[in-house]
Amino acid sequence: MSELLRPAADWELQQMVSGCAERGLPIEVVGSGSKRAIGRPTESAVTLTTSSLRGIALYEPTELVMSVAAGTPLSAIELELAGRGQMLAFEPIDVGPATGGPQGGQTMGAVFATNLSGARRIQSGAARDHLLGVKGVNGRAELFQAGGRVMKNVTGYDVSRGLTGSWGTLAVLTQVTFKVVPWPEASATIVFLGLPDELAVELLCTAMSQPFEVSGAIHLQASVAERLDHPGLSSMSKSVTALRVENFARSVATRKERLKEGLRVYGKAMELDNRETLEFWSELRRLSVMPHGPSLLWRISTKPTTAPKLVTAIKRHMPVKAFYDWSGGLVWLEVPATADAGTAEIRRIVAIHGGHATLIRADSSVRASVEVFPPLSSAVERLTRGLKEAFDPAGILNPGRMYANI
Amino acid sequence: MSPTRLPEPDQEVLAGSSAIIKALEQIVTPDAVISDEEGRRTYETDALTAYRRLPLAVVLARSTEEVSKVLKYCHKNRIKVVPRGAGTSLSGGAIPAEDAIVIGVSKMNRVLEVDYENRTIRVQAGITNLAISEAVGAHGFFYAPDPSSQLACTLAGNLAMNSGGAHCLKYGVTTNNVLGVKIVTMGGEVIEVGGAHLDPEGYDLLALIIGSEGQFGIITEATVRILPKAESARPIMLGFETCEAAGQCVAAIIASGIIPVAIEFMDKPAIEVTEAFASAGYPCDVEALLIVEVEGSEEEINRLLGDIVDIARPFEPKAVEESTSAEQSARIWKGRKSAFGAFGRISDYYCMDGTIPLSRLAEVLPKISQICAGKGLKVANVFHAGDGNLHPLILYDANNEDEARKAELAGAEILKLCVAVGGCLTGEHGIGIEKRDLMRVQFSEADLNLQMRIRSVFDPDFLLNPGKVFPLNASKNTGAAEAA
Repeated sequence: MSELLRPAADWELQQMVSGCAERGLPIEVVGSGSKRAIGRPTESAVTLTTSSLRGIALYEPTELVMSVAAGTPLSAIELELAGRGQMLAFEPIDVGPATGGPQGGQTMGAVFATNLSGARRIQSGAARDHLLGVKGVNGRAELFQAGGRVMKNVTGYDVSRGLTGSWGTLAVLTQVTFKVVPWPEASATIVFLGLPDELAVELLCTAMSQPFEVSGAIHLQASVAERLDHPGLSSMSKSVTALRVENFARSVATRKERLKEGLRVYGKAMELDNRETLEFWSELRRLSVMPHGPSLLWRISTKPTTAPKLVTAIKRHMPVKAFYDWSGGLVWLEVPATADAGTAEIRRIVAIHGGHATLIRADSSVRASVEVFPPLSSAVERLTRGLKEAFDPAGILNPGRMYANI
Repeated sequence: MSPTRLPEPDQEVLAGSSAIIKALEQIVTPDAVISDEEGRRTYETDALTAYRRLPLAVVLARSTEEVSKVLKYCHKNRIKVVPRGAGTSLSGGAIPAEDAIVIGVSKMNRVLEVDYENRTIRVQAGITNLAISEAVGAHGFFYAPDPSSQLACTLAGNLAMNSGGAHCLKYGVTTNNVLGVKIVTMGGEVIEVGGAHLDPEGYDLLALIIGSEGQFGIITEATVRILPKAESARPIMLGFETCEAAGQCVAAIIASGIIPVAIEFMDKPAIEVTEAFASAGYPCDVEALLIVEVEGSEEEINRLLGDIVDIARPFEPKAVEESTSAEQSARIWKGRKSAFGAFGRISDYYCMDGTIPLSRLAEVLPKISQICAGKGLKVANVFHAGDGNLHPLILYDANNEDEARKAELAGAEILKLCVAVGGCLTGEHGIGIEKRDLMRVQFSEADLNLQMRIRSVFDPDFLLNPGKVFPLNASKNTGAAEAA
């Protein structure tokens, strides 16, 4: 059992990191720990949680900006935003339940440190695109800040954005400042049933090329769709291809009809109303169609049109269940548990088609024996090591969580 | 015009200049190297024309391989390199040095691959910003970031400075629209970062590279996102009796849930000069003018513009003109778009670029006027109100050294004010040499050291675009060797 540190203030966190740096003690950095089962398994003498750094430092609804302590739960922030008719545009995805962790537990610091964005990413950008500034402590125990609280800021290098997706290996974030957006007045979803993957992705790409600001474009294979809550969709034994439009009510009604008209060749579309739309997309956000279990879960980022080819190629080697998000550009792929997680085949195929794959769910023994995060080219790996050295020369922050010795 | 110091050239490098030029001519071809004085004169400055330095030589590269070979040579011989796109930087980001080689990428301007299905385009980085949109326009697509120099500026420069534009309120800035780059480091190594997929693998190197002001490497190719064009767009013009009312109206529009594609703000001095020049039909009896543009179908636009009129009502606009035709839209925009040109005809001006939280607008605008009046100078404000990115134009006479110095001092005071109210030194122009010495106003020594350590990862000897972004005496703390 490692020692648990729970700083209640930035200066205290800084002192704790400083103490560990002096003793060369590796620190496991966590928010609430909801994504603890992701990444390479590591052993640290000390676990540092930001969960006591809580609270909203600034919220200006008329400027669409919010600044919070890193340990503030996402759920609290979304509640606060909803009270003013606003939200996080990137719809942060909750991988907790799919990896055996708690639901709804993640902290705002972790949302940005992992850059895991949901369906609206295809229209509105990722978590990294909404981050305006950070405060944090690096492995040298220096308290630093980067960016700020205004929308347009090119003062100095974009260090805040550079920290997104670094999984606590470069710095412990203590405060994050980000952009928020208004909730759309209305939303609707149109659904096509029974399309094969390739045709479905073609439909999604066609829809994304229309000027209707489609804010969600997904395809679930039949084996995945049957796990949906919506009885009308889960009981059909058919694949589900869905598009979301959001705007004021009359615009949604018009855009929906025009989309359907333009996509007529793909068959007759079903519709989900505003309430069903909210439920459907929030279910996808929780990733409940990829429930925790013995099977493994991969997350593959690629060009939309290559995604079905890539999935078909992998299927020649192992049974798969696929959830295509981002118009096909993101594939959540469930495969049976094996000792090497199908890594060799999956990574070889992804390399041929372009993109990268991350192993999201697997036993720690599997995660200890294969590369969990995408292997890097030698040049990028050198830069990655250089950055680690710049932020954390003693290698005490989440060492080995992403890559060995980083 | 000012006290900003440029680094002293390395005499040893200057003494060997003819050998360096000969070597460069062999590495590329003689016609790709500009070494005569008249030729180099073209490259002695950028859009911050108060500063000029003749570079040792200019290489107009035609391929990634050429960029790589020249960088390798310069790295080996410890010769500084200044990357250059079209030289439109307003902050001196492309100003050369006497002991530096300029590597220009403007000849690398081809479209390499358009992928409409996946909504991406791969281009050589020397392509102009507007040419990207033109290449895909016929298919109903565009490239979103639209800096006002878009006709001339290159994507390479946009990437280096993370450029914005009038429409970034809705579509984001450069960094939000780029998927991958091919970058050549100072050591000559060619690295692919990102690709055509949306998420980065490993660390977000792209985020660090974009906006690094040419100090991490020279970008030769990029894959950027293209978006379907809106069906239509139309503006509404609103005139107010006070700047405060106009600012409050902007806040109210945003709070209502409407995100216009652009909200432009002009104060009275700006309205008067612009109207005299462009005859855009602007009301001259108001203190502040907003141009708010929305997009969508005709039906959607009608509804949004109607909503905006309703939202504006409590702020008692003295003038309201809702565009109902393409001609009317063009006329309303004509004034705003020619504003800088209009000022250029009556005076020299110094264009600032600080950003403030919008809620502080009513307090900041009068203070800007006071700062300038205190130095005997006039100022006009034309800016992107939706995101608080101010562009005060300080009017002065460039032939009057005292006035020029005062303009620069006033500019520095304005930027300090921006930081003091929670904003920043630069929203879209970059630091360059212009705001280099103000970096300590916004950042602590630890913050700056961290940034310089990141720079060291890419260019340990600080040979790329030297003397910019950081105060000259700051680099000594990192152990890196930037000649001060």
